[in-house]
Amino acid sequence: MTETSFWMIVPGNPGLSALILFVIAMPFLYAARKPVHELVRAVGHLAGGPLRLASKWLLAVAKEMRERNRQVLLAHGREETEQHIAREFERIGALVRRDLEGYPALQRRLLDEITRVEEDYRKCGEVPPPPPEWVEAVEAVARVKNGNELVQHVLEEIDRSIKKIYDRVITEYREAYESRHKILNGFMPFWRSLQRTLAQADTHITSLNERATHIDAQMDKYQEIVEQTRKAEHVLTVSAATQFAVALLVLCIAAGGALINYKLIALPMSEMVGAGDWLTASLRTSDVAALVIIFVEATMGLFLMETLRITHLFPVIHNLSDVMRRRMMLLAFGLLVTLAGVEAALALMRDMLIADKAALLQSLSSAPQQLPENGMLSRIPTAGQMLLGFILPFALAFVAIPLESFVNSARTVGGVALVLFARGAAFALRLAGNLVRSLARVLMTLYDVVIVLPLLVERLISRKKQEEIPDQDLAVRRH
Amino acid sequence: MDRRDFILALPALALAGCADQKAHSQAVYLLVDTSGTYAEEIGKAQIIVNYLLGSLNSGDSLAVARVKTRSFSEKDIIAKATFDGRPSQANAQKRAFREQFDAFARSSRGSAYTDITGGLIQGSMFLNETGAGKKTILIFSDMQEELDKQTQRDFPIDLKNIRVVAVNVVKLRTDNIDPRLYLGRLEGWQKRVKAAGAAEWLVINDIEHLDRLLKG
Repeated sequence: MTETSFWMIVPGNPGLSALILFVIAMPFLYAARKPVHELVRAVGHLAGGPLRLASKWLLAVAKEMRERNRQVLLAHGREETEQHIAREFERIGALVRRDLEGYPALQRRLLDEITRVEEDYRKCGEVPPPPPEWVEAVEAVARVKNGNELVQHVLEEIDRSIKKIYDRVITEYREAYESRHKILNGFMPFWRSLQRTLAQADTHITSLNERATHIDAQMDKYQEIVEQTRKAEHVLTVSAATQFAVALLVLCIAAGGALINYKLIALPMSEMVGAGDWLTASLRTSDVAALVIIFVEATMGLFLMETLRITHLFPVIHNLSDVMRRRMMLLAFGLLVTLAGVEAALALMRDMLIADKAALLQSLSSAPQQLPENGMLSRIPTAGQMLLGFILPFALAFVAIPLESFVNSARTVGGVALVLFARGAAFALRLAGNLVRSLARVLMTLYDVVIVLPLLVERLISRKKQEEIPDQDLAVRRH
Repeated sequence: MDRRDFILALPALALAGCADQKAHSQAVYLLVDTSGTYAEEIGKAQIIVNYLLGSLNSGDSLAVARVKTRSFSEKDIIAKATFDGRPSQANAQKRAFREQFDAFARSSRGSAYTDITGGLIQGSMFLNETGAGKKTILIFSDMQEELDKQTQRDFPIDLKNIRVVAVNVVKLRTDNIDPRLYLGRLEGWQKRVKAAGAAEWLVINDIEHLDRLLKG
C-alpha cells in the first residue's frame, strides 16, 4: 500500500499533483525571476571570482619563480663554466710547462741537425772526372805522317800511359763515390732524429690546439650565458635534468649497496648491543646501530671527498688551510678504514653466528645429523662476505659525488617542476572559474525555460504595448 | 626489518627510547603431563621443546613444567630460561635447556593424579612475572584432570591475556567408546579457560603442524 504524501493534491496521482503545484507556483517563480537571476549571477561571481583571482596569482607566482630559476640557473651555469675555463687554462699551463718548456732546446737541436745535414749534403756533391787533356796530345801526334816508327812508338807509349792514367782515375772516381755514399748513409740517423723531433713538436702543438678549441667552445657558452640567451638557458636546464636523472640513478644504486651493507652487519650488531632491545614497534636497537654505522661511513666518505676537493658541498671545509684540510682528510680516511675493518669483522661474526644457529637447529631437528663442511667451499662465502664488508664502506664514500650533483641539479629541476605545477594549477583554477560562471548562466536560462509560459505572456503584452504606443502618438499628432 | 623500515629508520630514531622493550618478547610455559599412560608420550614433548627452542628468539622466555599430583609449585618447573640478547649466548642457553629436558625425559616417572589447574595457575604466574608482550601456555596432556581428595582446584582462575594451547590431546579408551566424552572434555576446558579471561583457546593434535603454536 502506497502512502499519500502531504504535497499530493490529487491523492494517488503524483504526476497530476506535481503539475498542479507547478502551475500554482509558476506566477511566484515568474515574480521571483529577477531576484533569482541576480542570486545565481552573484553566486557565480562569488565562486568564480576568487578562482580566477587565484589563477592570476598563481600565474604571477609561476612567472616570478621562472625568472628566479632562470637567474639561479644562469648564475650557476656561469660559475660552472668559469670553473671549467679556469681548469682548461690550468691544463694548458701544465701542457706548456711540460711540453714547451724545452722548446728553445728543441729548436737548437733542430737547427744543429739541419746544419749538419746541409754540411753533409755539400760534402757529398759529385766530383767531376779530370778533363781529358791527353786527348789533345793524341790529336797532335795523330797529325804526324803515318809510317814513322817514332810516331808509332810515341803513340804506343801514350796508349800505355793513358791506360795507366785511366785506371788510376777510375779508381779515384770510384773511391770518391764510395765516400759520398758513406756520407749519404750517415744522413739517415739525422733524418730520423729530425723527423722524430718534428713529430714531437707537432703532437704538442696539436694537443695545445685541441685544448684551445675546447676553450673556444667554453668561451662561446660563457658568452651566451652572460648574454642570457634562451639557448643557454635551455641547454643548462637540459643539462641539469640529465644530471639529476643520472645522480638519482646512481644514488638508487648506492642505496642498494647500503641495504646489502646493512644486511651484512645487522645480525652481528645484535651480538654487540643485544637483539632484545627495541627502539620502536618494528625497529631493533641492533638494526639502528647497523644503520648508524653505515651513515657514519657515508659521512666519513663525504668528508673525505670534500677534503680531497672532489666535491664542494661544505664551503667551511673548502676554505680550510691546506695543512688543516690534509689533517682532516687523514682523519676521515683513518676512520673509514677503521669502520671498514669493523665491518669485515662483523661480516665474519655474522657467518659464525649463522653457522652456530644452523648447528643448533640441526641438533634440535629430528632429521639425521649431517656433518658440516669445512672445505674451501664453505670458506669462500665467508671470505666474500668479509671482502664485501671491507669494500662497501669505500664504495659508499663515492656517493658524495652523485649526491653533490643531485643537490645542485635538484634546485633547477625542482624549480622547473614547481613552475609547471603552478601553471597547471592556475589553468585548472581558471577553468573551474569559467565553468562556474557558465554554470550560473545555464542555471538562469534553465530557470527561464521553467517559467516559459509567463514569459511568453509578458512578451505578448509588451509587444501589444509597443503597438499601442505608436497609435497613441499618432492620435496626439492628429489632435 | 624490511626495505620500508630501512627507509623510515631515520625519522624513527627521533622516536627512539619510547618503545616498550618487553612488548616485543614472548613467553611460553609448557606443561608436560607425566601421569599414567600419558608418560609414554614424552618423546613427542621433546619434539615440541625442540621446536620451541628453534623458534624463540633473544629476549624470549621458556619454561617447561611437569603436571603431576599437585602441580602448583616452582619445584615442578623442569627448566626455565630467558634467552640472552646476544645470539651466541642465547644459542648456548638453548643447548643447555635441551640437555636439561632430555635428562628429565630419560628419568621421568608417572604420577598417580593429574593436576592441570595447578599447573595453569603456576604457569600464569610465571608468564605474568616475565612481563612479556605475548604469553602462551602449552598443555601437553590428554586434558583428563584427576585430583586427589585433599587438592582444591574448583575455583575461578586468572588467565587474562594468555593464549592456552592444548597439544597432543590423545583419546582415552573411554573416549573411543563414547566420543562425546572427549568432545565434552575439550568443551569444558574451553569454557573454563575463556571464563578465566584467556586470549585464545586452541587444540593442536597433529604435532607435524606446530607452526600454529606460537601464532596468534
